[in-house]
Amino acid sequence: MANPYTSLARAQWRSFASYRTSFVVDLLSNVGGTALDVVAVLVLFQATRTVAGFSLSEGLLIVSLSSLAFALADFSVGNVDRLKTYVRTGLLDAVLVRPLGALPQLLLMDLPIRKALRLVVGVVVLAVALHVNDIEWTPARVALIVIAPLAGSVFFGAIFVISASVTFWWIDSGDLGSAFTYGGRDFTAYPVPVYSGWFRALFAYAMGFGFVAYQPAVTLLGRDDPLGLPAWTGFVSPLVALIAAAAAALMWRAGIRHYRSTGS
Amino acid sequence: MDGLDARVPEISPGRPFRDWVTTFGALSWSGFRRFATYRQATIAGSFTNIVFGFLRCYVLLAVAAGATDAKPGGYDAEQLATYVWVGQGLLTVVALWGWTELADRIRSGDVTADLLRPVHPVIGYLAPDLGRAAHAMIFRFLPPLAVGAIFFDLYAPERWFTVPLLAVSILLAVVGSLGLRFLVNATAYWLHDARGPITLWTLSAGILAGLYFPLRFLPDWLAVTFWVATPFPGLLQTPADVLVERDPPLMQFALVALQAVWAVVLLALAAYVQRRAEKRLVAQGG
Repeated sequence: MANPYTSLARAQWRSFASYRTSFVVDLLSNVGGTALDVVAVLVLFQATRTVAGFSLSEGLLIVSLSSLAFALADFSVGNVDRLKTYVRTGLLDAVLVRPLGALPQLLLMDLPIRKALRLVVGVVVLAVALHVNDIEWTPARVALIVIAPLAGSVFFGAIFVISASVTFWWIDSGDLGSAFTYGGRDFTAYPVPVYSGWFRALFAYAMGFGFVAYQPAVTLLGRDDPLGLPAWTGFVSPLVALIAAAAAALMWRAGIRHYRSTGS
Repeated sequence: MDGLDARVPEISPGRPFRDWVTTFGALSWSGFRRFATYRQATIAGSFTNIVFGFLRCYVLLAVAAGATDAKPGGYDAEQLATYVWVGQGLLTVVALWGWTELADRIRSGDVTADLLRPVHPVIGYLAPDLGRAAHAMIFRFLPPLAVGAIFFDLYAPERWFTVPLLAVSILLAVVGSLGLRFLVNATAYWLHDARGPITLWTLSAGILAGLYFPLRFLPDWLAVTFWVATPFPGLLQTPADVLVERDPPLMQFALVALQAVWAVVLLALAAYVQRRAEKRLVAQGG
């Protein structure tokens, strides 16, 4: 069963390799993109003393956890946001008649090799962030530094699949999904106390974005959460990720069943 | 029909200017109508702009609250909030993302149809784009600004000429952006695949236009370099600065003049690149 998928992936690779200049520019821009997400946060922290009580180096830890988790998810399942084009043009029919899983095919039909170097940037920034912060290492914290980006990427992956699935019901949903995928990335790049009111309650706790980078970072730094959540909430991220993944699986199945070809 | 004929019908012979205006107007109106049909996508897009407006607004307000002199980059809290919401509205007006029409047409070979038209390709893309921008001004610029005004304190301009100047500034931003997008897409004439250059454009436009943070947060020398040496700040940063009256009146006008210079340069460059491309164009597909 692995064979057809490898062929799909290899075909993608050949397609990129045939437009070399464009591919190289794309690869470098993607590296720049991840680096600049971090730079944007640094510039904002530089313009002031503290942001919602967090210093520059603490902010760096939060954004590095968020951007590594997002880069992992974007690399593996980020392509699913092209689903809206497939549904609108009817290309999804071709995907569904093949004797392979629909989701893996979609992911491999446009494997983002150009995004691969983003992961490297993400790991480097995280290493720098861990170095500039004075962290008291305990076995639990060592485990957390591995768990947090992985759980975060599962969580973002689930968000990608959920926002893409909206198109099964609302064909012309356009950029709606970006509000939660890229918007979620931007939300998790800053300490949660930055936001306030119903907006914070909705994104951080109801949707769970607060547990991707902020709560783990607070636990790693060993400081009290200004919003009063206990230290163990830093370890909640795998649980939140599992719930999100289950929701994504349900939504995807319901969506595929609901799909009616555009018939063109 | 007394014979086959390939002449372009003249709307008003002897009055070329009126001819030109009629054609340009018809093309612009077609651009407006085209985007007016994507109603659901307009709603979805505005929703996304509004979510990002909340995100960026809270972040910049936290920056303002944490600053010692309470004026990071020379903006107070109201000006920063306005900056964010105007930026979210404008980014669709100037089409900062996702315009690959020319690149797609080059790739598929459809661009040959553009060359057959009696209108210069740069004008043939500029006119509908102005129509698109007019549609976006009503349906994509105003909704985020209205939501911003409901949930946050926004800055109301004090000088009488600020709003007319903003209109000019936005018009120049759209023209400059079309010039840039044309150039980026035109790389497909040489590369066949413009995905790389388009990713690079998305990235540089976001940072250098001031979408992620106002350029004034950067050290002065760097901000000035970006402003003078690149056309990007003219896309968002200048219109937003004009509206929040970040600078004294003279500087306000100077920034718009700089936008005008860049708009002319970019259109001229686009026309030049198009001429070069036509010389080497081999239409693909068939």
